[in-house]
Amino acid sequence: MASPGPQFVTDAEAALLDRVLAGERDCFYELIRPYERAIFVAAMSICRNEADAEEIVQEAMLRALTALPSFRRQSKFSTWLIQITINEARMRVRKDRKHLYESTDEPASPTEASSGLDYMPKDYADWREIPSEALERNELRVALQRALESLDPKYREVFMMRDVQKLSITETAAALGLKEATVKIRLLRARLQMRDALAPGIDGAWSLGENSYRKVRPWGPPPPNWRKPK
Amino acid sequence: MTLIEISCEEVWMELSNYIEGDVTPELRARMEAHFRKCDHCTAIYDGTRNIIQLVGDFQAFDIPKGFSERLQARLKKPE
Repeated sequence: MASPGPQFVTDAEAALLDRVLAGERDCFYELIRPYERAIFVAAMSICRNEADAEEIVQEAMLRALTALPSFRRQSKFSTWLIQITINEARMRVRKDRKHLYESTDEPASPTEASSGLDYMPKDYADWREIPSEALERNELRVALQRALESLDPKYREVFMMRDVQKLSITETAAALGLKEATVKIRLLRARLQMRDALAPGIDGAWSLGENSYRKVRPWGPPPPNWRKPK
Repeated sequence: MTLIEISCEEVWMELSNYIEGDVTPELRARMEAHFRKCDHCTAIYDGTRNIIQLVGDFQAFDIPKGFSERLQARLKKPE
């Protein structure tokens, strides 16, 4: 009989899952291989250090292997793996920093949950086309990583899950143990802050050296070319 | 039908949901009317959308060399 509801696990995955559960431990790597990058990025979104992230992934995957019988196939396998990786990374960060990592909690502050946006987007020139071919790959990578580092961890992890990993809002909420409403609020802030951090480089020029970007229409007093909306 | 005007701040609050396609048709129409006459918000919208596209397309995080081999080896080790 066909099982009701959506199918979260592909037939190929289901077959591999069954084999691992039947004792073919060696099949486990084959099962997780398609998600290697996703789980690495998940670990990186919390710890931001390649060596630590790699260790976290290894420990998380051992944990996943042990916990495999408890995977109910009611979510995507990738989401489940990311969840375990996130938990492992958070435990590690908690241990290392010896203080609570706030990000697992619900809205950290009353202001976050309220409708107010205590944030004002900086204004740069319009740029509808990304001249990405004009940018050095490495330069872009460094700029991206710097921008990500500038985000508060609770915003960064949401941005990484939704916009880097392309998980859905629902999957992001599940992976991070947050409410969907919280994910949406954090995502807004993260995206606006990422734009603030990256738009000058793309609009101006990273290639001209540091801090050489143009703020064509900085927020504040309008510059001469500012056209007030009619 | 006349659309009720929307402020810049209201547009920013909903920008992320707008990009997600997660706004009501009415709000969408109000925001689009706002974009037509507000260069500032249009620039913010374009910029934000571009960033999302950029990070989505760009392989910002490559797996370190030897990562897969080390992971495989670790999984084989008895616990």
